[in-house]
Amino acid sequence: MMKKSEQATTLLPGLRHKEAAARPRVGDRIFSKVTLFFALLIVLILAGLLIALNIDAWPAVQKFGLSFLTSVSWDPVREEFGALPAVYGTLLSSLIGLIIAVPVSIGSAVFLSELAPEWLCRPCSFLIEMLAAIPSVIIGLWGLFVMVPFIRNPIEKWLGSSLGFLPFFQGPPFGVGFLSAGIILAIMVIPIITAVSRDVMRAVPITQREAMLALGATRWEMITRAVLPYCRSGLIGAVILGLGRALGETMAVTMVIGNSYNLTPSLFSPGVTIASKVASEFSEASGDLYIGSLIELALVLFGITLLVNIIARLLVWRSISVRGGGE
Amino acid sequence: MNRTEGYLQRRWFNRLMLVLCGCAAAITIIFLALILGYTFINGITYFNLDFITQASKPVGESGGGMRDEIFGTFILVGLASVIALPVGLLAGIFLAEFAGRKMASAIRFAADILAGVPSIIVGVFAYALLVRPLHSYSALSAGVALAIIMIPVVARTAEESLRLVPGSQREAALALGISRWRIILGVIIPGATTGIVTGIMLAVARVAGETAPLIFTALGSAFGVQGLTVPIGALPLQIYRYALSPYSDWQKQAWAAAFLLVILVLGINIVVRLVSNRRK
Amino acid sequence: MRRFSDDWFVVLAVILVVAVGLAGCSAPSNSATAPAGPVNLTGAGATFPAPLYTKWFDEYNKLTGVKVNYQPIGSGGGISQITEGTVDFGASDGIMTEAQLTKAESKSGPILHIPMTSGSVAIIYNLADLGTGQLKLTGDMLAGIYLKKITRWNDPAIVALNPDLKLPDAAIAVVFRSDGSGTTYIFTNYLSKVSQEWSKQVGNATSVKWPGDIGGQGNAGVAGQVQQIPNSIGYVELAYAKQNKLAWAKLKNAAGNFIEPALAATTMAAEGVTLPDDMKVMLTNSSNPDAYPIVGFTWLLVYVNQKDKVKGEALVKMLWWAIHDGQKYTEALTYASLAAPVVSKAENEVLSIMYQGQPLISR
Repeated sequence: MMKKSEQATTLLPGLRHKEAAARPRVGDRIFSKVTLFFALLIVLILAGLLIALNIDAWPAVQKFGLSFLTSVSWDPVREEFGALPAVYGTLLSSLIGLIIAVPVSIGSAVFLSELAPEWLCRPCSFLIEMLAAIPSVIIGLWGLFVMVPFIRNPIEKWLGSSLGFLPFFQGPPFGVGFLSAGIILAIMVIPIITAVSRDVMRAVPITQREAMLALGATRWEMITRAVLPYCRSGLIGAVILGLGRALGETMAVTMVIGNSYNLTPSLFSPGVTIASKVASEFSEASGDLYIGSLIELALVLFGITLLVNIIARLLVWRSISVRGGGE
Repeated sequence: MNRTEGYLQRRWFNRLMLVLCGCAAAITIIFLALILGYTFINGITYFNLDFITQASKPVGESGGGMRDEIFGTFILVGLASVIALPVGLLAGIFLAEFAGRKMASAIRFAADILAGVPSIIVGVFAYALLVRPLHSYSALSAGVALAIIMIPVVARTAEESLRLVPGSQREAALALGISRWRIILGVIIPGATTGIVTGIMLAVARVAGETAPLIFTALGSAFGVQGLTVPIGALPLQIYRYALSPYSDWQKQAWAAAFLLVILVLGINIVVRLVSNRRK
Repeated sequence: MRRFSDDWFVVLAVILVVAVGLAGCSAPSNSATAPAGPVNLTGAGATFPAPLYTKWFDEYNKLTGVKVNYQPIGSGGGISQITEGTVDFGASDGIMTEAQLTKAESKSGPILHIPMTSGSVAIIYNLADLGTGQLKLTGDMLAGIYLKKITRWNDPAIVALNPDLKLPDAAIAVVFRSDGSGTTYIFTNYLSKVSQEWSKQVGNATSVKWPGDIGGQGNAGVAGQVQQIPNSIGYVELAYAKQNKLAWAKLKNAAGNFIEPALAATTMAAEGVTLPDDMKVMLTNSSNPDAYPIVGFTWLLVYVNQKDKVKGEALVKMLWWAIHDGQKYTEALTYASLAAPVVSKAENEVLSIMYQGQPLISR
């Protein structure tokens, strides 16, 4: 790209003043430096966050070492802290959330960008983005008072009686638990994934679609073979954005997950997530070790997002190189 | 014949899948309708002009509104936007236009991880950074906390939308000998406006409803907005406290406020979209 | 190109202008009022007494013009903020630990716990056919239930105590409060006093390692779960139970009487108890025959040595008002007023607050 621009300016000197050929380069350099500065600011903020958290978490890191990750106990009175159930709960609830949210969001995005007429599409898009604006605690209260009873009675009872032989669907149907948390998370990330993937799909050139249709493809085939592959990296980006929100979501999850420090395969069982644990106990925590452990939990969440991002990055790279080969 | 059969099959499959997509959209809208409807029904009984124009009153006195908290939320979101939009947009431009592959993925990485940090932790960070050293809760520290939440969302969505601007437009402009920074500002960004605006709106919507990072930064104020260096109230904070309070009067106010918050974000959304559409 | 720049310029400029304008018009007004105008005090901490404090400080502002901004961030927050000096007073439902006291005192000298009101914790349940006040429980049983030792409603011990009630043959779903809270502190303090097993296995804190089933976020979360899940039991603040008309149990107090949670029974808990001068005492399991057993004070935390004379004076006057005139607002908001002996102890504490060695107020 850079080379091209240099060529363009030097090859067409007659179009502009002599100085003009030089000025853009200076302007470009300044501009790119400015943008670089702000991009690095993101890294700086992250580094600052990590350093600040590490300082606060140090007492716990020193005391528990690696056993923090494998211990299942959380006892503020005896100051014994372990992260495993919270890590498990975070991953499980986000996974349930994504399993529900990804197909629904991509489906909605396809509908909005490929199928819906303009008059329908605009209000729908508005509404979906509105869902992202409802405060988390309100979604949580709605979840607790409206959704949870519904999940307890028809859904969990039905799952328990028909699929109860699986370890995922055993135990008393309290309503609150991993399943409810996952569904709430799905509701919260659907608008994000939908909105971003809709924009990403819209940006796919019309020619791509026309070429596919001209080959006699049905609309669905056009979507799956021309549109979705073309914007795959954008879609993965959208999902990652949603996952980021799901992993860190606090208030709504806390209202419906049941907040029990549990490690069971049953989706009906109450559990915790890292974010909900930190948010529930942080304001009342006392003592360096207790606060340190809560902060270390947050650091573990950092680690999880890191891992998720590495995996996603690998996926995106692969999809880019696949597409690159085709072009 | 085989071919027509195959074709029929494909056509039916096509229809099935398209209907499923429609259903997915319908499900999303239904969830929304359920939650919004519930908020509306719970909030409407308390929603009137006084609610917007009056300051809050202690429990036991009837009436009272959230004027100060509404104002506070505007200030906080405004502050956060002033900090986050330039940073996010320029970082997004860097990622999409200037960064080498390794550099871009490193920074994207940082942004994605930052986006996944639980908001309460961001609040704790802003507390350690601004509140503790200055010995006072402040609107400013809350603005910074919200900005940190906004930046990665703005940066990532801006980058994604910038990337999707067709290369042909860029090349056409380059061929005219226009410098790159002007191409970016004049051709590429306008081409990506919808996406960027979506990103900004998502970010604004998200921080407008954030509670957790405000607890340790904005703190809340019983006596209205008094400056940027002192505690300030905000709608979500009040919603959180009122919704979990024992008094039905306050609980109703919380729902009304939630409804108002949604309307506000909807309003901002519509205005921004109208502006950016009309100008095109 | 021009069209674009206008576009963005306008959007960003509007935001900038609005924000700067707001900052501009609010900042000077603040700096102008701060030195000359009435005093502003900031306090933060316990959530439980927040509605009462909001009412108080609103009334107090009308009366004196002093603006006291109180914000509920949790008792733990109140303790750490007064220690850090980011607020003028803290508020807590729990007594500061030795470690916390040492840390605070090393920064700014001795710190006072001044009682403001007391609260009690209601045991709520969801049993078909059972209304409020019908179920009787003892502390021992409550500990057994929360330890998951007593797991069914028709456990012989419960049946023996409630022979007339129709208790279901069903598992007890135990709901606890998952966020750290003063309510939990008072509740676990009570259980630790009445059950050795509880004190050994779980203990007393704002959050503990619960053997129970489901955690609810805040009073609303606990009440929500209990209302929804049949055969469940939970605990919430009395104000919450009263305002939301939840069914509560009668508890056996130390004197052997079965008492319903009520304001009078809450105030009683402080009478007939030896109160230490520093008021750092938990009122749970009071020996008063009319007292409800799960009761605790909620305190304001104030440094003895004030650093700012004007603020210190305002603070002391406010405290004096709160423990006297302020008490008349308590009942209407479902808080229990302070008993007479408590007020006189609190008076002594307020009188001991000083600025450069001089008391800030005298009787």
